[in-house]
Amino acid sequence: MISFFLKRLLLLIPVFLAVSMVIFMIVHLVPGDPIDNLVQINSSPEQKAALAAKYGLDKPLYHQYAIWLGNALTGDLGNAIILRRPVADLIAQNLPHSLSLGALALLFSTIVGIASGALAAIYKDSWIDRTTMTLILLGSTVPSFWLGLLLIMLFAVQLGWFPVSGARSWDALILPVLTIGLGGVALVARVTRVAMMETARKDFVMMLHAKGVPPWQIELRHVLRHALLPVVTILSLRIGWILGGAVTVEFVFARPGLGSLLITSLNQRDYPVVQGALLMLAIAVMLGTLLGDIIQAAMDPRVRERIK
Amino acid sequence: MAAFDPIKTAIRSPRGGVSAAVLLLVMACALFAPLIAPYAYDIQNLPGSNADPSVAHWMGTDEFGRDLMSRIIYGARTSLTVAVTAISISVVAGLTLGAMAAYFGGWFDRAVTAVVDLTWSFPEILIALILIAIIGPGVGSVMVAISIAYLAQFTRLTRAQIMALKNETYVEATTNLGAGHFHIIFRHLLPNALTPVIVAGMLATGDAIILEATLGFFGLGAQPPTPSWGAMMSSGTAQIFIAPWIIIFPGLAIAITVISINLFGDALIESLDIHNHLRSV
Repeated sequence: MISFFLKRLLLLIPVFLAVSMVIFMIVHLVPGDPIDNLVQINSSPEQKAALAAKYGLDKPLYHQYAIWLGNALTGDLGNAIILRRPVADLIAQNLPHSLSLGALALLFSTIVGIASGALAAIYKDSWIDRTTMTLILLGSTVPSFWLGLLLIMLFAVQLGWFPVSGARSWDALILPVLTIGLGGVALVARVTRVAMMETARKDFVMMLHAKGVPPWQIELRHVLRHALLPVVTILSLRIGWILGGAVTVEFVFARPGLGSLLITSLNQRDYPVVQGALLMLAIAVMLGTLLGDIIQAAMDPRVRERIK
Repeated sequence: MAAFDPIKTAIRSPRGGVSAAVLLLVMACALFAPLIAPYAYDIQNLPGSNADPSVAHWMGTDEFGRDLMSRIIYGARTSLTVAVTAISISVVAGLTLGAMAAYFGGWFDRAVTAVVDLTWSFPEILIALILIAIIGPGVGSVMVAISIAYLAQFTRLTRAQIMALKNETYVEATTNLGAGHFHIIFRHLLPNALTPVIVAGMLATGDAIILEATLGFFGLGAQPPTPSWGAMMSSGTAQIFIAPWIIIFPGLAIAITVISINLFGDALIESLDIHNHLRSV
């Protein structure tokens, strides 16, 4: 298990290098002198020269990348052009908000998704199944930012139950979690339902029925347990996708977070912040996927074998 | 007996027929927007701004008094053009890359697979945002960003199809008859691998419409006054207390279009019986 973890971690290093290279290239690929993309407006020539020396802008590109990556790994992501603060501070300030939102949305998608998928499979072809299937279709086709806006209109503007935006109190988390969650619930419920229906046809399930085990015990103890494997697989593949949903939803609810920070700085062309936020989001996606892989390997010895 | 026509079979099923009708309507809106829309999309009428839906303006007006329904009809043009163009580019590039990777194998296959696996774990929205950071906002950039964001999916799917086909006897026979690599790939292998990729492309068009709207909502897509469903909702957020219809109707347009694409895609998958091809990836 530990060797599996180490191997997965080692495999992430080339991925991290490739992604960080692309993110590093942003300031060089946008039109104009890279120094103008990094320096605050109205900086003196001396300040520009100091920054150019710091980033080694007179050196070859691979050397510059090494300097940039070295700085980034020691927590120096440069200074924000518009906000005039170290990018690392901005990220430290926004990261907890994104993490709590992402983690809660993941938890919500998993629990509600498995529960509704299981109910739909057990009560196949009943109204519970049909309602779940309709919700699944809606959840996977309705744009999340529109859903977020509809929830704001209904629960915040009309009913006044929750705050419209911001992150000042805990109840400001409920609508954003629901918004990201519906897409996740749809995904998890669909996989759970299909996996349970496939498992229910297997011989060992028929054997359990023949032995006279109560049906609810078969469904919950045996069928659901087998069906959880594909659910964990799809969740580990899609953790990044749920984190991606957080980017959109933060912006809709005007919540602080990496997503809002990224979108705002993209619109303001504040490239050091764009780079920092993208790097953090990429790391979050990679660690999320790693976490999913580990849970999957802990549950299924075949996965552990495959990597060896 | 008539030849088997999967599209006809799909349309005959209830959900296939209804969704095909809705899709035709949306496409008609995009193609003939100037003939269908009751008003021009950019005529402002400030005294009549944020008006409720009425007989004159079925879906109300926006913050500049522009007719919302006309803007939604023109918006179909932006959304469909961007989504269909982006996905078409992506499908063609994915077919070529995937087929060459599977056919030639070796270092080329390893390189393509490595890049595909790399982008696979990242959500499309993040890939699109990275690309827009590089090429800047605008309709063209959104198209490029979407087509690259979905490239991995089609490359992977094509590669899996060709891998299964390339050891067939007819390929060996064609090789022995002296056919060149490109003749075999484009005339013999790809035609047999095309169907699942095209259906996947159709389903991805629905996702691409949502991605385009999301980027438009962020203000990174079509610039004003060009109507786009996402950007319309973004300007509607400032009016959320007084004119909720500015957000409700464009979102409804997206949802109905995307649901129809998915339903029609499902009907097509069923009539073609290619569930397993799509699930293997």
